[in-house]
Amino acid sequence: MITVRNLEKRYFIGTPNEIKVLDDINLKIEDGEFVALVGASGSGKSTFMNIIGALDKPTSGEYTLDGELVHKMTQNELSDVRGKKIGFVFQSFNLIGRSNSLKNVELPMLYGGIPAHERKRRAKELLELVGMGERMHHLPNQLSGGQKQRVAIARSLVNNPSIILADEPTGALDSVTGNMVMDIFLKVNKEQNKTILLVTHSMELAQMTQRIITIKDGRIISDTGTRRDSGKNIKIDYGNGLEGEMTCSI
Amino acid sequence: MFNIENILLAIESLRANKMRALLTMLGIIIGVASVIGIISVGNSLTSSLSTQLQSIGTNNIMVTVRQKDDQYAKAPGAMEDNRSLMTAMNGGGANGATDKDLISMEMLQNFETDFKDSVSAISLSEAAGSGQVKDGRLYANVSASGVNPGYMTVNNLDLLQGRFINDRDMAGSKSVCVVSDKLVNNIFKGGVDPIGQEVKYYEAGTIKTYTIVGVYKYSDTSMFSNASSSSEKDTQTALYIPITLEKQNSDKQNFPAVTVMSKTGIDTEKLTSDIDRYFSKYYVRNAKWEAAVINMSTQLATATSMLSTVSMAVAVIAAISLLVGGIGVMNIMLVSVTERTREIGTRKALGAKNYHIRMQFVTEAVFISLAGGLIGLVIGLLLGFVGSSLLGTAPSFSIPVILLTILFSMGIGVFFGYYPANKAAKLDPIEALRYE
Repeated sequence: MITVRNLEKRYFIGTPNEIKVLDDINLKIEDGEFVALVGASGSGKSTFMNIIGALDKPTSGEYTLDGELVHKMTQNELSDVRGKKIGFVFQSFNLIGRSNSLKNVELPMLYGGIPAHERKRRAKELLELVGMGERMHHLPNQLSGGQKQRVAIARSLVNNPSIILADEPTGALDSVTGNMVMDIFLKVNKEQNKTILLVTHSMELAQMTQRIITIKDGRIISDTGTRRDSGKNIKIDYGNGLEGEMTCSI
Repeated sequence: MFNIENILLAIESLRANKMRALLTMLGIIIGVASVIGIISVGNSLTSSLSTQLQSIGTNNIMVTVRQKDDQYAKAPGAMEDNRSLMTAMNGGGANGATDKDLISMEMLQNFETDFKDSVSAISLSEAAGSGQVKDGRLYANVSASGVNPGYMTVNNLDLLQGRFINDRDMAGSKSVCVVSDKLVNNIFKGGVDPIGQEVKYYEAGTIKTYTIVGVYKYSDTSMFSNASSSSEKDTQTALYIPITLEKQNSDKQNFPAVTVMSKTGIDTEKLTSDIDRYFSKYYVRNAKWEAAVINMSTQLATATSMLSTVSMAVAVIAAISLLVGGIGVMNIMLVSVTERTREIGTRKALGAKNYHIRMQFVTEAVFISLAGGLIGLVIGLLLGFVGSSLLGTAPSFSIPVILLTILFSMGIGVFFGYYPANKAAKLDPIEALRYE
C-alpha cells in the first residue's frame, strides 16, 4: 500500500529561484489497484514516478510503502526497496544487451541475494507467464519490441514486488503490440493482485485501468478513484486543496 | 570479494567486446612478458656464471700475464675487473708474449717458499690440443691438458680410482695420464680395471701412448657447453698429462697463467694484493707485459651484481610498459562506464547497491589484467626459455617472481579499475536511466 502525504519536491537553481516540481501531493493507493498516472510532459509526473520508485527522495512530506517510511531511507535502503518492493518497466525496455532473456529476468534476484537455482526456476516461471518461455536464451537484439517488453515485465515481477511502475510501457510499441502488453498488465493485476502504477499520456490506455490520476503543474488535479468502488460514495482529493465527495458512476 | 556472479558478468561483458578486451590486455601481456622474460634470462645468466666461477673456486686466485695496453687505460671499477675476468676465463691473454714475459718455474718456486703459510696449492695447466682416444672401434673425445699435481686440489677434481699426476711424473716427464670416468666407460668394456692400461691418443695424425694412472669423475660445469648438440657419448672430457711432458713439445717453457689456492681462513683480499705485489716486481721493467692478479670471489660478486643490476634495470624499464598497460585498462574501463551508463541506471533501478556496481567494474578490470598477466606470464616464460637456450644457459624460473607478477597484475586491475568503477557506482540512477 502506498501512502503519500504532503509530498513536495523542489529544485534549487540558485537563490532566489526555486522550482517546485511537486506541490503538496496526497495520495493513497491500495494493494491490487491498477492506477494510471496521466499528465503532460513537464507536469511533474516523472518526478513523482521517481519518488514512488525510490529512485529519488522528496524535499518534504512523507512517502510510506507497505508501512515503511521510504522518505527517511538511506541510499542503500532505497536500493533494497527498489530491488524487493518495486518492479520497473521502462518505455525503452532497458534490458542488458549482452545477457539473454533468462539472465535479464534473473538480475533483480541477483541483487536480492537469491541462490542461483532458485533464480533460474523463478525466471523461467515468469518468462512462461508472459509467453516468452520459448525465447529464454535469446539476446534482446534477437527479440521484437513487444517481446522485449514482455521480458521486462517478467523481470519486474520476479522479486514479487508490492508495486509495478510502468513508465510509458507501450510508448515504443505499435498499437497491436501495445495492447498485447496492456493485456499482460491486466492479467498480472487480476491474477496476481499486483498493484500497478502506469504512467502514460495516452487517455486511451488510461481508460483501460481502474483509476486515473491526473497531474498538472505538480499537483493532482483529478483522481477518479477505483472503479471497484462503483456505486459507493468516494472521497476525491483534487490535489489543490479542494476535496469533494461524489458517487462513483463509472 | 570477487564472487562468481561478478566474474561471470565480467566474462560476459568482455565477450561482447572481444577485440577491445584483447587490445586492452595486450598492454599488460607485453609488460608482463617482457618483465618475466628479462628476469628469467638474467637469472639463468647469473646462475650459470656463478656456477662457472664457483667451479673455478672462490678461494682461488688467478695470476695471468697480459699486455700493458694504453687502450685498456685504467678504467675504474667493474670494467677493469671484467677485463681481468675475461682474460682469466680465456686462460690468459698472453698471445705474442715470449718466454721471458711469462711466469717462470723459478718465479713459482720462490713464490711457493714465500707464500707457504697462506697458499695451499698452485695449479698449472696448459692446453695440449684435442683429439680422440681410440681402441679399435671404440673411441672417446678428449681435450688433453698438461697439468701439475696442484691442479687437482685447486680444481676440485674428484678422483675415483688410482692417483693424480705426481711430482715424480713431473720430474721424469712420464707418459702417464689421468682420464675421466666417461672415457673409461667408452673405451673399456666388461669391467676391465683401467689403471695401468695403455691408451692411444690420436691428434692430427700423431699418436701418443699414455699409461692411465688415475680416473676422475667428470662433471659438466662449462657455461657454454652445448650438451644438446653432441650426444652423451661424444662429450669431450679432459685428459690430464704431466705439464713437463707437454712442455717437451712446446716452444715456451714458461706459463701464461697460474692459479693459486689460498689456505682456509686466509683473507683472500689481502692475499690477492700480496700476490699482486710479488709478481709485479718481475714486470716493473717489462715494457709490454704485466701480471694481473684476480681473486674469484671478488670476480663472482662483481659479475653477478653487475648482471643482476643490468637485468633489474631492464626489468624496471619493462615494468613501465606494465604501467602503460594499466593506464590502458583504466582508459577502457572509463569508456566502458560511459557506454554502459544506461545499464548502470537499470541495474540500480533493479536493486543494485553502489558496491554491487563498483565490484562489477573492479572485477572486470582485474579480470582483464589478470588474464593479460597470465598470458604474459606464459609468453614471458617461453621468452626466457628461448632466450636462455640461445645463450646456452639453463633456463631459470623464479617462483616468487611468477607469483609476484600475478599479484602485481591483479593489483594493476584493482588500482586502475577502482576509479572508473567508483565513478560508475556513484552515478545517479535517474540521470543514468535518462542517459542517451
